[in-house]
Amino acid sequence: MANEHASKQYDLDLGAIRTRVLQMGGLVESQIRRAIDGLASGDLAALEQVIDDDHRVNAMEVALDGDTSHLIVRRQPAASDLRMIFAIAKTVTDLERIGDEAQKMARMAKAIHERGAAPLPPAVDVRHAAEAAIAMLRRSLDAFARLDCEAAQGVIRDDAGLDAEFRAILRQLITFMMEDPRTISTALEIVWIAKAIERIGDHAKNMAEYVIYIVRGTDVRHTRSPQPGA
Amino acid sequence: MMEQLLATKAEARSLSFYYGDFQALKGISMPVHERQVTALIGPSGCGKSTFLRCFNRMHDLYPGNRYDGQIILQPDNTDLLARSIDPIDVRMRIGMVFQKPNPFPKTVFENVAYGLRVRGERSRRAVEEKVEQALHDAALWDEVKERLHQPAYNLSGGQQQRLCIARALATDPELLLFDEPTSALDPIATASIEELMHDLKKRVTILIVTHNMQQAARVSDFTAYMYLGELVEFGVTDELFIKPQKKQTEDYITGRFG
Repeated sequence: MANEHASKQYDLDLGAIRTRVLQMGGLVESQIRRAIDGLASGDLAALEQVIDDDHRVNAMEVALDGDTSHLIVRRQPAASDLRMIFAIAKTVTDLERIGDEAQKMARMAKAIHERGAAPLPPAVDVRHAAEAAIAMLRRSLDAFARLDCEAAQGVIRDDAGLDAEFRAILRQLITFMMEDPRTISTALEIVWIAKAIERIGDHAKNMAEYVIYIVRGTDVRHTRSPQPGA
Repeated sequence: MMEQLLATKAEARSLSFYYGDFQALKGISMPVHERQVTALIGPSGCGKSTFLRCFNRMHDLYPGNRYDGQIILQPDNTDLLARSIDPIDVRMRIGMVFQKPNPFPKTVFENVAYGLRVRGERSRRAVEEKVEQALHDAALWDEVKERLHQPAYNLSGGQQQRLCIARALATDPELLLFDEPTSALDPIATASIEELMHDLKKRVTILIVTHNMQQAARVSDFTAYMYLGELVEFGVTDELFIKPQKKQTEDYITGRFG
């Protein structure tokens, strides 16, 4: 993708779309962060804001889908351009889903705090898992921006760690619920939050897989491990 | 994998071609698979039309032109370029359709019958049958059956091009060469020619030169990208347009500066 198109406008259009994908990524990242901060602080207004702001993520999805379909109609992209635009269309879907997960986290956090229940100790581990998911998302966006397969492979590898963290949180919560049934409501809400974080990791992994598709033209989805080199 | 299962209809082997001192083709080797459409793409001057014309020895018409290498036609393993082979015999087996429709200044019927008469077909009934069949095969019959004996020039551009295809089909060619067959046609006429190619490949092997990359992507099973007289890349069309192996191919099909 080093060379420029003979059509300057094509380069500009494609560049603008890529920039907007990164902006959308920045927005969903802040949504996750604000949701997890709200879980810790109990700031209900902040959590409300996260829930409201999901419409901004949705609007970006709709706008980007429009931009990509226009580019396809006008340019009939081929080869790496085709893979790029195809990957962008899929990335946008994953980003929108991440936005939904962040909104779900904010809803659960709000429910916990509205009831006035003290968060259970695993909330600390949930925060750790959320940081890991945010790091995965950020690295997959960086990999997309720089078309860096190595970074993308790192994200794919890290997803297993996040899945393990989710299972650990689940085990802890089960222990709490068995010891004290009064914790069940809150524990279930934390399960939902942890599950949302685990799903965010899956979406970040998908996005990393699209980066490998753009660069190498190979589809590494549903394979055990991506093949190094190409 | 797809390639290995297919029979080869023709094969260029280290084919070079010279217009006098100028070398227009540089050692091209590639197969043309039987009953498949193979597209030749590349920028102007890359040699794709020159390559196509080697298949029916059209370059023989001008002095100073020289072939080197072979084009083997199957199933009889004939080298089309061998000195012992009469170009007229080659053209009996290989039909050609050009960029601009070029019907003869004759009637619709006589255009299609021409090749049959040249071959010495005397039976009026046989000629009529073959003309009708060829016009059917070229998806033109319904449009011209009422005016078979009117001048071919009265037909529209798209109809004239299909008439030229019918003319080529009448003599049952094994290989059809198309040299930018739709560049002078509107999108609807273009679509009908493309549709026709899709039907024709059930019986005949097609080699097409096109400037329109989307057309190559639409109609062909295999694509060859040529540049400066060399074959840069040959492969299954879907793969070549999604993930070309060579950067030069990539730059060309994505519209980038080389």
